[in-house]
Amino acid sequence: MSTIIQVAYLIAAFFFAFGLKMMSSPSTARRGNFFSALGMLLTIVVTLLHQEIVQYQWILVGMVLGLLLGTIAAVRVPLTSMPELVAVFNGLGGLASLLVGWEAYNQQQHQLSWFLATTISLTILIGGLTFSGSMLAWAKLKGVKFKALELSQPLRFSGQQILNTLFLIGILVLGISFSFEPQGNQWLLLGLIGGALLLGLTVVMPIGGADMPIVISLLNSYSGLAACTVGFVMLNNILIVAGALVGASGLILTNIMCKAMNRSLSNVLFSGFGSIVVKESKLTQGEIRPISAADAYLVIEAAQSVVFVPGYGLAVAQAQHGVRELGELLESNGCEVRYAIHPVAGRMPGHMNVLLAEANVPYDQFVEIEDVNPKMEMVDVCIVIGANDVVNPAARDDSSSPIHGMPIIEVDRSRVVIILKRSMAKGFAGIDNPLFHSHNSRMLFGDAKNSIQAMIGEFKRS
Amino acid sequence: MSNEIVFLMFVFMLAIFLGVELISKVPATLHTPLMSGSNAISGIALIGALLVAGTGNNSILGSIIGVTAVTLATINVVGGYLVTQRMLTMFKKKGK
Repeated sequence: MSTIIQVAYLIAAFFFAFGLKMMSSPSTARRGNFFSALGMLLTIVVTLLHQEIVQYQWILVGMVLGLLLGTIAAVRVPLTSMPELVAVFNGLGGLASLLVGWEAYNQQQHQLSWFLATTISLTILIGGLTFSGSMLAWAKLKGVKFKALELSQPLRFSGQQILNTLFLIGILVLGISFSFEPQGNQWLLLGLIGGALLLGLTVVMPIGGADMPIVISLLNSYSGLAACTVGFVMLNNILIVAGALVGASGLILTNIMCKAMNRSLSNVLFSGFGSIVVKESKLTQGEIRPISAADAYLVIEAAQSVVFVPGYGLAVAQAQHGVRELGELLESNGCEVRYAIHPVAGRMPGHMNVLLAEANVPYDQFVEIEDVNPKMEMVDVCIVIGANDVVNPAARDDSSSPIHGMPIIEVDRSRVVIILKRSMAKGFAGIDNPLFHSHNSRMLFGDAKNSIQAMIGEFKRS
Repeated sequence: MSNEIVFLMFVFMLAIFLGVELISKVPATLHTPLMSGSNAISGIALIGALLVAGTGNNSILGSIIGVTAVTLATINVVGGYLVTQRMLTMFKKKGK
């Protein structure tokens, strides 16, 4: 029997790896996800045949409940709330790992080697921090407020780093002393659980909205590593393979996000934009030139090529369907339409792509920074919707700017830039944007959705 | 440390390298589905949950822990795969 299980795990590992490989193209990704799910189903079914499993009623209750809740969540949550949903799923996975580690300890108290005890403490530490960190990330994404306390803002206080470091040392001491003397030290374990949960909160607390893509990627990686440590607790290879694949995936995404912001991971975790005192930039001179929707229509109507640059504001305004309609009208007008998407636009990696795909924008119109920037002079009009820092030329020109060196979509090099913006408020980084003062920029003030509808209206009238 | 543990570390190391190679090839367009899909895979902790929940010698507290772990991990797996599928069906080519 155990050979059958191992062979099934081998096949499942193949499905997981093959499924991820098929994610390398949008045309095969759907089959890839199906293969991955098939691998999971196979793993679950053969595990139920395991000789150690003798009691099925609790398992059945849990699985039916999970099946129902998971399906409801996946089907009913609107796609605009994807970042929140992914954060919640992440957290649940982390909590599940923590509970498994805890119960594994309860069941094996009398025959616990130091290795097993160490892996159990690691499971609890990583699982716990993934859970509480993800829940706080969810609250930040959702914009939860406690009276005057707005969670989406980075919460910092002086001495925070020292306190966190001391706290981390405390947790490590707790974990190590538990690993050396696991028998009968239930209290140390409970302390570790509490510590891990608190650690997740203190790690995510100082991080602001614009850095969310990095945090979500990192927590994704942790949820995989937590599954991996469970694999070491249970001496189960499929858990290790699957967990490691996810851990690696999260790490790569974290790395891509950090590069796209030109920041190191430690910089994101420990400092962040809010702590930087911003100097008034020399580049922000020149007047602001507003434009009406009717005049903006005349500009885009005459354009041969238009590039849309979406940002988080697009998601907030729910303007993706209007953007697609406007894009289609432009195309039927003989104009080339593309969507330039910055890796950190939005609240999670690939957020803008999913939003636009939901509105039926074909994915072959999506372009990345390195493809659109070299030909920017050939672009007649760039339409910036709710994006700010990712198009800020200060990142390129002003070495004193806090975002200096961050790759940007260089819309200022196109012929005309139309910027849809609610007001002159600063971006999440709190930095002045010289783009708004540039001679080829026109500001279309108002809610992005209404502005786009107004332009569509002009198109239809003519 | 037994040979089995060393062997598992072998598996772990190779899987990390494999993961890095595979994920590096995923285009930015698919990063959100990649994330929710890999998130569903991390629900593999369900296997651990099944093993602790089904031993038949749990205490009352143990049963509660076990059934909660199974529930949460199942939500993670089922929800993760379904929502990934839902997202991926929206990625269409031009003219379709």
